[in-house]
Amino acid sequence: MLNRRTLLGALSAATLLATAPASFAQETLYVPLISKGFQHQFWQAVKAGADQAAEEFGVRITFEGPDSETMVDRQIDMLAAALAKKPTAIGFAALDSQAAIPLLRQAKEMGIPVIAFDSGVDSDIPLSTASTDNVAAAALAADKMAGLIGGSGKVAVVAHDQTSRTGIDRRDGFLDQIAANYPNIEVVTVQYGAGDQLQSTELTKAILIANPDLKGIFGTNEGSAIGVVNGVREMAKTDIIIIGYDSGAAQKDAVRSGLMAGAITQNPVGIGYETVKAAISASKGMAVPAMIDTGFYYYDATNIDDPAIAAVLYD
Amino acid sequence: MSDATTPSTPSLMSRLIDTGAHQKLLAFASLILLLIGFSVASPNFMQMSNMIAILQATSVNGVLAVAATLVIITGGIDLSVGTLMTFCAVIAGVVLTYAGMPLIFGVIAAIGAGAFCGLCSGAFVAKMKIPPFIATLGMMLILKGLSLVISGTRPIYFNDTPGFDLISRGSLIGKVIPGLQIPNGVLILFLVAITASYVLNRTVLGRYTFALGSNEESVRLSGVNTDRWKMAIYALAGGICGIAGLLIASRLNSAQPALGLGYELEAIAAVVIGGTSLSGGRGSIMGTLIGALIMAVLINGLRVLSVAQEWQTVVTGAIIILAVYADMVRRKSA
Repeated sequence: MLNRRTLLGALSAATLLATAPASFAQETLYVPLISKGFQHQFWQAVKAGADQAAEEFGVRITFEGPDSETMVDRQIDMLAAALAKKPTAIGFAALDSQAAIPLLRQAKEMGIPVIAFDSGVDSDIPLSTASTDNVAAAALAADKMAGLIGGSGKVAVVAHDQTSRTGIDRRDGFLDQIAANYPNIEVVTVQYGAGDQLQSTELTKAILIANPDLKGIFGTNEGSAIGVVNGVREMAKTDIIIIGYDSGAAQKDAVRSGLMAGAITQNPVGIGYETVKAAISASKGMAVPAMIDTGFYYYDATNIDDPAIAAVLYD
Repeated sequence: MSDATTPSTPSLMSRLIDTGAHQKLLAFASLILLLIGFSVASPNFMQMSNMIAILQATSVNGVLAVAATLVIITGGIDLSVGTLMTFCAVIAGVVLTYAGMPLIFGVIAAIGAGAFCGLCSGAFVAKMKIPPFIATLGMMLILKGLSLVISGTRPIYFNDTPGFDLISRGSLIGKVIPGLQIPNGVLILFLVAITASYVLNRTVLGRYTFALGSNEESVRLSGVNTDRWKMAIYALAGGICGIAGLLIASRLNSAQPALGLGYELEAIAAVVIGGTSLSGGRGSIMGTLIGALIMAVLINGLRVLSVAQEWQTVVTGAIIILAVYADMVRRKSA
């Protein structure tokens, strides 16, 4: 008769067999990256950059992140498991800086250098932070929006959240730029859709119903931007200027077809690459810059296929 | 922590004790086997700091799973445990950080709010006759929304309440036995489990909890006010979620209002791995505790072995199905 013991035993044995070689490869440098997410294409692009650096420098990496960006405690568990492996260095994109402080201190005591990536950590423990200047990037989106709507009229923002660093920076970068330089443009509302496509779609439709004379909408991340595109399409509006953020197949299609005027892209591959590179340098005792600006670009139908842009876009 | 019993004929009772013990032995053996397997596979797995990390990771899910166990034994289900936990954490944040009251008031408010919300769920189920799945689904969403409203959609930090972070992160055991730095969160999990187990097995409330899950109609026909007992058990489960709220807030040093969705399913997974029947009337807190530990060990072990994350999820899902299937097969043949 099958019982749980044999089943579990067989399963764990199979797992162990499958992974045993990796666990004995301790002599190579090992850098785990604890990310804010895992399954979104953006994070997969960060992982691709990290993999690229790992191959180039001959180190081993792992890449993990919680299912949802709200699961702060799950990320802490991942960090704890990574520390248990006594890694060479750690890459970390904090969901909540404060929650991670005890473990970051532990890393410091163990002499494991920490490199922050994506959104940074409010602590002096990370030796370096590889991220996009989100405020400047969102300000560029504001400039493009102003240009496309002719410098006056109503616009709205569909943001991904109001608590994370990237959410705050992108929102404020856009709002501050409009307020400072475009007195004739009114931002009628900022709504938050958790980066969820469906929620952002509904939000967009509500905004359009409430503001029939709206000229443009800025979506602050991939899910938000796709939601804006869907909402505008479902309302059968054709004259709304949409500016998005990041890429992904759906967003690239929207830019190509003209539904979306253009989008800001970060350089996720560069974020992953620079994080691993800085981690290796730091582990060898070399100096690393406190901030590594991994850059951003504005792309639209005219330059989406330029090699420099195409290289940082992901599907 | 003794076995599941029902106020029924002795022969049935003794049979239940036997299967209960057998089930726990199996679950416990699986846990030990996992520990041994991972230790052999990676030298980094079996070290004090990693064992403590596993226990720490179990503490919140374990407490939630204990709460879920109580409701599941009555034949109900509680989908609101995760967001209720968050709600209680936010209440603690409001009392301690916004109102600046002393620590003890935050603790009382969180547990009180949990018990009150549990009582509401219980009333929806018992008095309004709404199926538990629907009642607690509604409660889950209400509480998720209220957490965001009350907190102003921002995390509330506990920097102004000295000692708050010690609820979960401090180590009383470490003070008595230096070198054994088991965090208080784990201690609290075990205290909650022992108390819940005592209530289930040694009190009238516990007896009625099993009886409600076995045959509610006959309990009611024998003149028992089933509504009242049902509301009491939902309230107790809610209060336990309040403790989970304190644990997670203390561990993160903040109440994260957006967190909580999805935690109910992990708690329920721990309950079923531990051998508690989803159809009610049968189950144990000890089993649930082992179920929660199995999940935490599995996830941690796979991480330490650097198994790709997508496969970690697949393995966890497979384990849940295998565990419940093995339990079914064994019970059919018993």
